[in-house]
Amino acid sequence: MNTRALPLYVTIGIFLLAYLVFWLQFPNILSTRVIGNLLTDNAYLGIVAVGMTLVILSGGIDLSVGSVIAFSGVFIAVLLRDTSLHPLAVFAILLALTTAFGAGMGFLIDRLAMPAFIVTLAGMFLARGAAYILSIDSVPIQHPFYDWLQSLYWLMPGKGRLRLIGMVMVATFILGMIVAHKTRFGASVYALGGGEATARLMGVRQGRTTVLVYAFSGAMAGLSGIVFSIYTGSGYSLATVGTELTAIAAVVIGGTLLTGGAGYMFGTFVGVLTMGLIQTYIVFDGSLSSWWTKIVIGVLLLAFILLQKALLKLSRMRLAKGVS
Amino acid sequence: MLLSIRSLTKTFPGTRALDGVDFDLRAGEVHALLGENGAGKSTLIKCLTGAYRRDGGTMTLEGAAIDPRSTAHAQELGIGTVYQEVNLLPNLTVAQNLMFGREPRRFGLIQTRAMRAQARALLAEYGLDLDVDRDLGTYSVAIQQIVAIARAVTLSGKVLILDEPTASLDAAEVRMVFDVVRGLRERGLGIVFVSHFLDQVFDLSDRVTVLRNGRKIVTTDIASLDRVRLIEHMLGRELEDATAHHAAARGPRPPMLEFRGMTRRGVIQPFDLAVGQGEVVGLAGLLGSGRTESAELLFGLLGAHSGQARDQEGPLDLRSPRAAIAAGFGFVPEERKTDGIVADLSIRENIILALQARRGWARPIPRGDQNRLADDYIRRLDIRTAGRDKRIGELSGGNQQKVILARWLAMNPRFLILDEPTRGIDVGAHAEIVRLIHELVEQGMSLLVISSEIDELIAVSDRVIVLRDRRHVAELTGTEIAPNRIMQAIAATEAT
Repeated sequence: MNTRALPLYVTIGIFLLAYLVFWLQFPNILSTRVIGNLLTDNAYLGIVAVGMTLVILSGGIDLSVGSVIAFSGVFIAVLLRDTSLHPLAVFAILLALTTAFGAGMGFLIDRLAMPAFIVTLAGMFLARGAAYILSIDSVPIQHPFYDWLQSLYWLMPGKGRLRLIGMVMVATFILGMIVAHKTRFGASVYALGGGEATARLMGVRQGRTTVLVYAFSGAMAGLSGIVFSIYTGSGYSLATVGTELTAIAAVVIGGTLLTGGAGYMFGTFVGVLTMGLIQTYIVFDGSLSSWWTKIVIGVLLLAFILLQKALLKLSRMRLAKGVS
Repeated sequence: MLLSIRSLTKTFPGTRALDGVDFDLRAGEVHALLGENGAGKSTLIKCLTGAYRRDGGTMTLEGAAIDPRSTAHAQELGIGTVYQEVNLLPNLTVAQNLMFGREPRRFGLIQTRAMRAQARALLAEYGLDLDVDRDLGTYSVAIQQIVAIARAVTLSGKVLILDEPTASLDAAEVRMVFDVVRGLRERGLGIVFVSHFLDQVFDLSDRVTVLRNGRKIVTTDIASLDRVRLIEHMLGRELEDATAHHAAARGPRPPMLEFRGMTRRGVIQPFDLAVGQGEVVGLAGLLGSGRTESAELLFGLLGAHSGQARDQEGPLDLRSPRAAIAAGFGFVPEERKTDGIVADLSIRENIILALQARRGWARPIPRGDQNRLADDYIRRLDIRTAGRDKRIGELSGGNQQKVILARWLAMNPRFLILDEPTRGIDVGAHAEIVRLIHELVEQGMSLLVISSEIDELIAVSDRVIVLRDRRHVAELTGTEIAPNRIMQAIAATEAT
């Protein structure tokens, strides 16, 4: 059997199991309302996790995304408040900005051969600081276009509402799957994560790929910021602190190897939904402290890291057997 | 002539890795490239594949001058390489590995089904029927090597370089890979075969070129060469100067250390070894025969699965290098750059490293003592440097080696292991290190010297132990220590 897809199956299994447990206790969990909310509430996290998946697959990490989301929200809110630009124009400017920001970090990581951890940590402080400079207070967004965006939804059978931002997340995941699994760029990302030296020998353009990976992550963080601003209707420089870590957790729970080279975009989708499901359960229960979310996520993360270690060992043992 | 190399030269700081090497490759031949570590094989190959730029000389491929700038460029020119490992990515599928960079696409998207079919068709040429959707890493190393060969041939198609392709294969797998290579020879490729397994060289090759110390020694048809002659070419007899005094005249030495049944499964067969006080034991053998492994076992770097060590007082604990150092052992490793020096530290810091480690880091050696110690050894060993606080990385190979020696001499060990002490250093420093070994022995220190150069071993050893196939196969003393005896012992049963 191929061990490559096993973490994905485990992820899906855990999600279904959690859903079952949930359903036994609260039968109305199956309603499309809950599913609609699950997608809507986790839209911004899912979108940023798409970028993070690609980064982690390439063997890197991007710690800046949480700050970039907060910056995006404040940027949009301040621009809409102080100028007469249409929100769509603001979105375009913002996406160009965050993509360039990501590309710049990728360039530094590649050219200076610096650890992604350090470069994106600097990016994290930079983006957060830039958000503070724009505004310390929460800035409400009041614009008819925004009201319209917020009102868009698709009424699913069973009266569940899939709001616009939920749809955007699903579309982003489809885009992510195509990029990761169906393009030469995606193949190069997997190759880099599998081993830089070998990837270079096989003809991967390491510099270009690295820059593109972080640019993609920056673009996703910007898009996530837009979605988050639609979700909350405001921009606040203190928002989404630590979201980058939640996104990393979702990617790892989704079965992607933290050291890169193995994993699936779809796994991250399930990972995000699993984390959302835990949160929903705690809301449904009502008596549990919301901090339990963190504990469950911690346990799940640990379990997945152990699982990946075990799988690695298993495939190595099999390889050793093949040699002898 | 398919590929023709004339007076190729490549110099690194402190060493001349290639010194006017000529090499010819015909279409439809397997040409073995042989030599010990540091002979220049890998430098030659790296110049061919564009990993290094040559300093001088010419290369022509099919009559046209070439100058490979990178691995990718060499591939475009028609030169493909398969290394011992790290050829392909174990985390990608077989199909992805084979077709990487050439995937069939429509509207920019990879056509997975077409890619699979092409990969399968390609593998069929090599008689392989694999599930191309499985991760490459789940297949045996032999299959991975054949996939790597298939990829290299489709990408390049003129010259195929096989750099130790069989080092981690068993006999059946080697046959499998060789069948593929023979098929490619029939198709008219020129194949360069680098291996330290002489049986395989005789089995597969048409011609052979031997390098030693960056120079070409000989190119000849394999049929005109026997095993002993070949080994003689590889190991050479170069140090035929006055320093080659024979130590056996000093007679038997008082016993000091005794090792019994030292072994580690799959690494080295059990061996016994006794070392007398002030005695030099030489270890001879080809690359991969278990010389370095024997030394690492004695120093506690590799854990022994069984075996005992004792001195005149009682048993010794050699479970870790730390324990071995406490027992008065020292070890100058083969890979000076990675295992010996700490390149960014100064000469002084490199010298006091082991001494300070033994004292414990809570009690630093006073700076004045450090300086005295460093200056003392710089003078005694004639280390050529502008001062004790120069970065060791800036010194030449020979001077770096002297600093590492100084590090251990400062510990005043009773038993010092030198693994290829003269590798990659120039002739002058070479003679100095041989002289230094003689001095240490005079002072009563015992040494274990590993060397690929037979004359060096003869010059310094009281006894020579010969290794072959991870086994200690012969022990030569007194007048038996002669080049032809050693080479015969190395060659002996490899012929079976």
